[in-house]
Amino acid sequence: MSKKDKKLIYLDNNATTPMDPRVLETMVPYFTQKFGNAASRNHPFGWVAEEAVDYAREQIAKLIGADPREIIFTSGATESDNLAIKGVAEMYKRKGNHIITLETEHKAVLDTCKALEKTGVEVTYLKVNRQGLVDLAELEAAIRPTTILVSIMYANNEIGVLQPMKEIGVLCAKHGVLFMSDATQAVGKIPVDVKDLGVHLMAFTGHKMYGPKGIGALYVRRRSPRVKVTAQMDGGGHERGMRSGTLNVPGIVGFGRAAEVAMQDMEKDIAHVTRLRDKLETELMKMEEVVFNGHKEHRMPHVTNLSFKHVEGEGLMMTFNENIALSSGSACTSASLEPSYVLKALGLGDDLAHSSLRMSLGRFTTEEDVDYAIEAIRNGVNHMRDLSPIWEMYKEGVDLDSVEWAEH
Amino acid sequence: MAYSDKLLDHFKHPKNVGTLDKSKKTVGTGLVGAPECGDVMRLQIEVDDETKVIKDAKFKTFGCGSAIASSSLATEWLKGKTLDEASSIDNMDIVEELELPPVKIHCSVLAEDAIKSAIEDYRQKNGLEEE
Repeated sequence: MSKKDKKLIYLDNNATTPMDPRVLETMVPYFTQKFGNAASRNHPFGWVAEEAVDYAREQIAKLIGADPREIIFTSGATESDNLAIKGVAEMYKRKGNHIITLETEHKAVLDTCKALEKTGVEVTYLKVNRQGLVDLAELEAAIRPTTILVSIMYANNEIGVLQPMKEIGVLCAKHGVLFMSDATQAVGKIPVDVKDLGVHLMAFTGHKMYGPKGIGALYVRRRSPRVKVTAQMDGGGHERGMRSGTLNVPGIVGFGRAAEVAMQDMEKDIAHVTRLRDKLETELMKMEEVVFNGHKEHRMPHVTNLSFKHVEGEGLMMTFNENIALSSGSACTSASLEPSYVLKALGLGDDLAHSSLRMSLGRFTTEEDVDYAIEAIRNGVNHMRDLSPIWEMYKEGVDLDSVEWAEH
Repeated sequence: MAYSDKLLDHFKHPKNVGTLDKSKKTVGTGLVGAPECGDVMRLQIEVDDETKVIKDAKFKTFGCGSAIASSSLATEWLKGKTLDEASSIDNMDIVEELELPPVKIHCSVLAEDAIKSAIEDYRQKNGLEEE
């Protein structure tokens, strides 16, 4: 079991990533000497800041195949999701009032849609299959004459499944519907090209790609079609009127540098995390009664989500969380006290959702980290199973589904 | 979540993990909770026929750290108590002892239910009425 003197191992890169030292180095001068406001048009302090912002905008645009003028800086992906969805609903309300999204979207999308429903917008929440993928025929059937927006995430945060973006893009173009994507978990980690995917709006953020927290972006297409969103915050009219507020210059500089580094290192990063993730997954799946959650092919290279049957996730994590950081779909780890809605949407029972662990690797994960984690997780699972009455019942051949549980 | 040292100690070194022979007349078994709810507790007591004192207690729990610690503590408290004394263990005693955070109070409730259910099972087996 875990010891306090062991080094800390971070396998929770879908929550946030450590900042790359190359990024920090680039940012530092913008906190002190180069502190100007990018909107100060009439003195050198402002010019320096504006120049830095322009340069970062180019770096970020390049990463996703966009024009720099199509990048709107925000505080993060949650704000970008809000701005995109609420902004489109408001801007295009004369065209229609129907939005289509997925049950497995991030709360930043789902709760934004729920808020819009209170204002008379109609929302369809599409189901996904056992692997977490949307059904294209169902999506097409859901499009109505009043549909203005399809909002479908690129990579899922819990299971890493990748939706068929290009096909969705084609469908949306065919029906003249805007296509927005929360690509927070994909940008900077796998190649993303907005034109290739056919997205009109795309949300992403710095801190999931080794950049700083508190800075994100919304891609808003400028041509064929020219997309507009209604600003959700009133103020000085920054970011072409779509997002007011003094620009977070150091954050933007860091975000830009993180985008550049991601592009340079992408091939290497993908090969690195794929190899380690596969090792981790293969070794853990050698244990008895482990269930793989998600899609084996259409997924991010750095994530694996597994359910260890008859063991509760939070308890399991407590056996090693003094030095290994990862996430669980267990209710006991969520603020809502409900097990993961994403796993439930895949059709997993609550028991399997309670038993799940999500491990997300990154650029700085080492082979030693993975080897240590394999050992610690195995020991943890074995320890918890020794304590588990349902593991004992399973081993005795009791059909657990036939037991009448005293639910509380 | 920050847990108390007592809770962590019960979690890391759980007391009285195991299984008693439930077919024995002197053993009472309580199985409460459901896998779908994220916790299942099985608590067993072995009662001395003569003195009606609990001479052994064992548990197995599927659940979070608080659920495991609550059951471990419960088995510790049960040993050496008469059935009546055991029946009076209140979930709030467990909450206080382990300093359970509010979101984990249900774990202590489950432990109290498991105790009551094990005692009830023993009484039924032995044709005893609740006093």
